[in-house]
Amino acid sequence: MALLTGWAAFLVSVGTIGCIYGLLTLGLNVHYGYTGLLNFGHVAFFAAGAYASAIVTMPPPSEVTNASYQIWFNLPMPYAFPVSLAAAAVVGGALAFLIGLTSVRLGTHYLAIATFALAGVFSDVLVNEAWLTNGSFGMNSVPKPGRAMLSADVWQLSYLLFAAGSLLAVYLLLERLMNAPFGRLLKGVRESEAAAKTLGKDTNVVKLKSFVIGGMVAGFAGGVYAHYLGSVVTAQFIPAVTFTVYAGMLLGGAASNTGAVVGAFTVVAFRESTRFITTVYNWIQSTLPDALSGVLPTVFSPLPNNPSFIPSMRFVVIGVLFVLVIRYRPEGLFGDPSEIQALGEED
Amino acid sequence: MSTDQQRSTDGSASDGSATDDGTDLLEVDSVVKHFGGLVANDGVTFDVEEASITGLIGPNGAGKSTLFNCITGVYTPDDGAVRLDGEPIHGLSPTKVAKRGVGRTFQTPKTFRGMTVRENMAFAAREQTGERALGALFRPGTIREEEGDIQATVDETLEFLKLDHLADEYASGLSGGQRKLLELGRVLMMDPRIILLDEPVAGVNPSLTNELLARLEELNDRGRTILFIEHDMDVVMEHCDRVVVMHDGRTLAVGPPEIVQQDERVVEAYLGGGDR
Repeated sequence: MALLTGWAAFLVSVGTIGCIYGLLTLGLNVHYGYTGLLNFGHVAFFAAGAYASAIVTMPPPSEVTNASYQIWFNLPMPYAFPVSLAAAAVVGGALAFLIGLTSVRLGTHYLAIATFALAGVFSDVLVNEAWLTNGSFGMNSVPKPGRAMLSADVWQLSYLLFAAGSLLAVYLLLERLMNAPFGRLLKGVRESEAAAKTLGKDTNVVKLKSFVIGGMVAGFAGGVYAHYLGSVVTAQFIPAVTFTVYAGMLLGGAASNTGAVVGAFTVVAFRESTRFITTVYNWIQSTLPDALSGVLPTVFSPLPNNPSFIPSMRFVVIGVLFVLVIRYRPEGLFGDPSEIQALGEED
Repeated sequence: MSTDQQRSTDGSASDGSATDDGTDLLEVDSVVKHFGGLVANDGVTFDVEEASITGLIGPNGAGKSTLFNCITGVYTPDDGAVRLDGEPIHGLSPTKVAKRGVGRTFQTPKTFRGMTVRENMAFAAREQTGERALGALFRPGTIREEEGDIQATVDETLEFLKLDHLADEYASGLSGGQRKLLELGRVLMMDPRIILLDEPVAGVNPSLTNELLARLEELNDRGRTILFIEHDMDVVMEHCDRVVVMHDGRTLAVGPPEIVQQDERVVEAYLGGGDR
């Protein structure tokens, strides 16, 4: 039974990660795109969801190496899977509620600082509270639902289908919400809080609701992520995740759910494509006539041999993508220019 | 009633309700508001009668906008009271004041720029089931019904304000005057008991000004109570049933325009120097 190889394996993995980032971006889009909340701590909700799923389903620490966590539920797979995902969404939403309760009154830029800082605090908590999170070792035995019944390839494909289905479901739910008067309410608060208040809307409650809904979606994404990788480690939940999600949202177009999904996939695909840089380099080198074979090594000589070159290119690629979007299409691929133009500035 | 009776001579107005026939909708009673050492409102007292158009005038810095903010909950008065239909509303949040039925516009219109005119209007409708997240998800039938009613009111109001041809334009594309009309329309959507307008015709071209004033008159004919700040004396004298003159944070005079106009202190404080 052959493992998925080459392009197929790459596409399946990019597709699954793309779905997870699609969920994250949909969540952030509720915050920033629809409500104008500058949330720079999105990764915290993602982490909260992932850890919630891990804690609900991890086996006892005695069966795991390097384990020191003291709370586990060891719910049996695959039946615990929906429970675990629900827990992820609830915990993500609960964290958003707590952070929102204290911060959501803040104006745009202050909220950005507060959420960024609180996400940092949350990350430190995850590292230090080993009784709950197993500290920096992480939770490395998160069960993969159905893995025991399926071959590796079939499981990979099935999980991709599941992730895509989840993405579609969340997308449809959010479309429904945002096309209802609820979406109009969020947008009005985004455009002018002062006006929304004088029209009888309780803007702090509206913002808190928005924060919790986006947090639940991000928490759910964390659950999907945890069961996909089978391991949850603090080092995965760094601020770069938040900024990748922002890149996806702005690329696709803020305040567009379709844009959020397309943007997330594009950014993930670009990011993952950096692993082909060496292949492309070697291919070009091999096709060049002998007379020119010295050109590439001369031009790029300091770069490809440096081990951190390829990983750091990930950020460069996203940066370039970002600059192109801001320069040529500030409203993003699916954004409405009349709507996005004024985003973030009050009348 | 005589203007003498209602004048507040020294800021500590003797009796805010020293008026008439018990149809006062809004009572502003000795409202005081300080900002540090600056006294913006120093015992402002007047009443607004139901179904009247009342003009609030005064030189720059007289405290008119501060008073609007005290009435609408943006500021909490340091002293005094604001009552709507006898119920105190000072100290309530802007949201709660609005829910009680006080609608207002801003000196510089605060329209929702990234939303269409229609969305701007529909936003302001009260008590929408679809504004609650669960309602939006699980009660599509109710929402469809409510939206039908809301959109009908929106169409009607836009037609009344002659903005119907702009219904699907983004508010960011509107002119300054059209934005003021839109803001008025939005306030009307919440069906307020009283409408407070902060310089509704300032910076609006003459033909649109006449349009706007005609709309206000018509709203008043339909029984709406209107209180507006305005600098244009001609507008105030022509369109108001009563005029409140403020100066240095106090009420200088209250009464019908033709009488207030002749009050020598008003002339001195505001109209003096051959202004008009």
